[in-house]
Amino acid sequence: MKLKTMLLATALVGALAGMAEAQTAVKIGVLNDRSGVYADLSGEGSVIAARMAIEDFKAADRGLKVEVVSADHQNKPDIGASIARKWYDQDGVDAIFDVPTSSVALAVNQVTREKNKIFIDSGAGSTDLTGPQCSPNTIHWTYDTYALAKGTGGAMVKKGGDSWFFITADYAFGHSLEQNTADVVKKAGGKVLGTIRHPFPGSDFSSFLLQAQASKAKVIGLANAGGDTINTIKQAAEFGVTQGGQNLAGLLIFITDVHALGLKAAQGLVLTESFYWDRDDASRAFSKRFAEKSGGKMPSMVHAGVYSGVLHYLKAIEAAKSKDAGPVMAKMKELPTDDPLFGKGQVRADGRKIHDMYLFEVKKPEESKAAWDYYKLLATIPAAEAFRPLNEGGCPLVKG
Amino acid sequence: MFELLGIPPQALFGQLLLGLINGSFYAILSLGLAIIFGLLNIINFTHGAQYMMGAFVAWMLLNYAGVGYWWALLLAPLVVGAFGVVIERLLISRLYRLDHLYGLLLTFGLALIIQGLFRNQYGVSGLPYGIPPELTGGHNLGFMFLPNYRGWVVVASLVVCLATWFVIEKTKLGAYLRAATENPTLVQAFGINVPRLVTLTYGFGVALAALAGVLAAPIYSVNPNMGADIIIVVFAVVVIGGMGSILGSIVTGFGLGLVEGLTKVFYPEAASTVIFVIMVLVLLVKPAGLFGRNA
Amino acid sequence: MASVSERLSVGGARREVVETAAFHRAVFVWIAALLLVAPFVLYPVFLMKVLCFALFACAFNLLLGYGGLLSFGHAAYFGIASYVCAHAAKVWGLTPEVAILAGTATGGALGLVFGWLAIKRQGIYFAMITLALAQMVFFFSLQAKFTGGEDGIQAVPRGRLLGIVSIADDRVLYYIVAGIFLFGLLAIYRMIHSPFGQVLKAIRDNEPRAISLGYRANHYKLMVFVLSATLAGLAGATKAIVFQLASLTDVHWSMSGEVVLMTLVGGMGTVFGPIVGAAVIVTMQNYLAHLGAWVTVVQGAIFVVCVLLFREGIIGVLARKLRKPL
Repeated sequence: MKLKTMLLATALVGALAGMAEAQTAVKIGVLNDRSGVYADLSGEGSVIAARMAIEDFKAADRGLKVEVVSADHQNKPDIGASIARKWYDQDGVDAIFDVPTSSVALAVNQVTREKNKIFIDSGAGSTDLTGPQCSPNTIHWTYDTYALAKGTGGAMVKKGGDSWFFITADYAFGHSLEQNTADVVKKAGGKVLGTIRHPFPGSDFSSFLLQAQASKAKVIGLANAGGDTINTIKQAAEFGVTQGGQNLAGLLIFITDVHALGLKAAQGLVLTESFYWDRDDASRAFSKRFAEKSGGKMPSMVHAGVYSGVLHYLKAIEAAKSKDAGPVMAKMKELPTDDPLFGKGQVRADGRKIHDMYLFEVKKPEESKAAWDYYKLLATIPAAEAFRPLNEGGCPLVKG
Repeated sequence: MFELLGIPPQALFGQLLLGLINGSFYAILSLGLAIIFGLLNIINFTHGAQYMMGAFVAWMLLNYAGVGYWWALLLAPLVVGAFGVVIERLLISRLYRLDHLYGLLLTFGLALIIQGLFRNQYGVSGLPYGIPPELTGGHNLGFMFLPNYRGWVVVASLVVCLATWFVIEKTKLGAYLRAATENPTLVQAFGINVPRLVTLTYGFGVALAALAGVLAAPIYSVNPNMGADIIIVVFAVVVIGGMGSILGSIVTGFGLGLVEGLTKVFYPEAASTVIFVIMVLVLLVKPAGLFGRNA
Repeated sequence: MASVSERLSVGGARREVVETAAFHRAVFVWIAALLLVAPFVLYPVFLMKVLCFALFACAFNLLLGYGGLLSFGHAAYFGIASYVCAHAAKVWGLTPEVAILAGTATGGALGLVFGWLAIKRQGIYFAMITLALAQMVFFFSLQAKFTGGEDGIQAVPRGRLLGIVSIADDRVLYYIVAGIFLFGLLAIYRMIHSPFGQVLKAIRDNEPRAISLGYRANHYKLMVFVLSATLAGLAGATKAIVFQLASLTDVHWSMSGEVVLMTLVGGMGTVFGPIVGAAVIVTMQNYLAHLGAWVTVVQGAIFVVCVLLFREGIIGVLARKLRKPL
């Protein structure tokens, strides 16, 4: 009896293995920050999201054998580039996902183009990925600094926040974040009263906040990221900036940052994201499943973007009947995107993925009814307006 | 009212006061380094990590045991200090007969381990730690809004620094300590347990770092990397002050905080480098440091 | 300084000089042979990384092992050279060898300024000063326009060697990098075994005595500092061409820590130790990359173990077993 079962099992396994050989093997690399400032908003969560997408796509039933590998780029472009190179050269990775931190994303963008593979970015913000450095091998999925500036800057001015003071991290990324937002603010009829550039990374922002307070600007725009933003917001609460009638606008801040800050310090902060777990039934259902796998943490928009990107990528492989970069990229740009998290959208010629963006305000502690109940929706920025117009990015792939 | 280089004096006072607050942290940290260096002759590279541990222990006390800020102010330095004692006994004490550089390398390695472990456990986004209810709010001083907590930091650190100075310069225990720094063999011959003195001194220096960590927790986010960058600045502070005198390290710490505060007004881009520039200048003029004896 | 020098004096044997020289020649031949075959077995990009760091570690070891000076800011020279080389190749359009030379020269020049400041103090003060100065370079690199801030300088063209030979292919580039590495190693070897090297060791072992013998110790110290910075610059500039990237990682203090670790693991004051150390650490980083922050923990643990139990390093132990200086 036992022997028979075993024989049967062996035969079954053999048969399965035979089937597997007939399948197309696809290898996905999730490259992100697993130990640094962006580990919470990307990290292992993005791997979970990628696996969920493979599961939901029912890849195995459709003849795709999808394997996921992951690595930590430590937010260093050199490490990111060399992992990408190794993955493509040696490990047979077909596509790289996530990659927060603009500097690393730009480096991976280069390598991917050189090796003619596919790169779908979710975590990074730099508009250069779909601008001067755009590549036929890259899609920028979840958000970019233009969309954040447009959402936060535009909407704040509309709400009456028409005078701004910027606290900017003194490096290229901070400058571009500030520039993007200042442009939007001025276009919408607001004015910029002043700017202060703080060393990066910094720990004490009180001095800059004091100068921002003295400027009497209605909105203080935080053109910094990660730990710097968290510290600025925390110290702003301490110096009574928001109680004094000024609004803080985070130009690059995620739900994981709000979680780290706590509502007491973060309340009233206005920010733009492309996904919020509690926005509708579909996002809640996804997030509940996600939370079960991630030890109770809700997904960030970056996680959601990885899920949505992997789903679309697998669809394109199925449609193209190939996993080569050329046909798959063509299919991804040809097929409209549609998934429960971002709804309907499309991938533009420059690699920009288009969908709605949302302006949120962080709730007061007494308004929050459950764990992770952090945002209330202020406005929806429709897909067509949310992102930089196709012809303004300076992407060589865009003709005319 | 006159204006100084286009900055109204009110704003200037505000910035100076803020500089003093930052200076408090530099002072406590460089004081701890100086005490440890004086007796052990090693530069404690783990100091930044121990500062971070102080903040984390305060956070853990609150979140796992429900112990609030005031007790943390006492307990966290004790816990971290005890940890320091263990490290000194187990590891550092094996290196006294070797070159000082090994002490530097060992403590650097320890700092990496501690930071790595905390990063694995708690991530790097930083954990929130609230200002104790007694010290929330603030006072309007006319020229600025001073949060009560920041005022408390300045007062507390001044008290701690001066008390430490008093103990070392004016008490019998301090006399032993100073004597042991000069000539450990002779002091040992007088029947004083020098190794124990060394261990306790290290523990005390570490406890000072942890105390600074607890003081910093409500202001900065409690973050595994919080000590890594400040420690390099504190090293520069130590080079500028020289490690000849306890008072010297206190004065230099506060003084450089003020200078940094001024830089943030006049030329904020240079705020992170100004201390290093001063270090270069001091090296050119007075290589032994402002308060240092010639090495 | 005495105890360090006792550890380090492995390299200082005077007897059987001829035999030792022959032995070293054999080692060099072995290294050259290994370098020749390696890319057919291992991934060339990985090998080039090892070679760049090995050269960096050897340059650092020249200062620590033979000059007795612990610099905790060597990333500054490595990194700035990398930036200048990348900028020269990308923006000025120079050929790779000229770009590398430009980077190397910058590293050396920075070494001259910093070295001159740092040798005013000794021991741990020296270490702290070099660290603080390097931190200044880090902030400069973060804020300066030409370094590209956090993005670094990306998409650096590998270009054509001497304007003729394309080095886009990894294997072709590998042999050039191997050549640069061998050149650097031989240069260091020559320096150590020249009269200059002998004086250096005398100063390291007993500075007052060397001074009383009429040697101007500070001149020698500055000279070795500049040489070390220049070679570190050579390594950094080469790395920029290999990875087509110059970034903040190269100027961060953790890079300074890593090079200390490589030297310590391999054996400070040995000619070949830093190479082994660099290979070990780079390999470890490569294979443990998926472990995230644990890499830091492991590196810290290696530091602690090396300092407490294994101060001679791998090659140091080997040299003792073989009774031959390596």
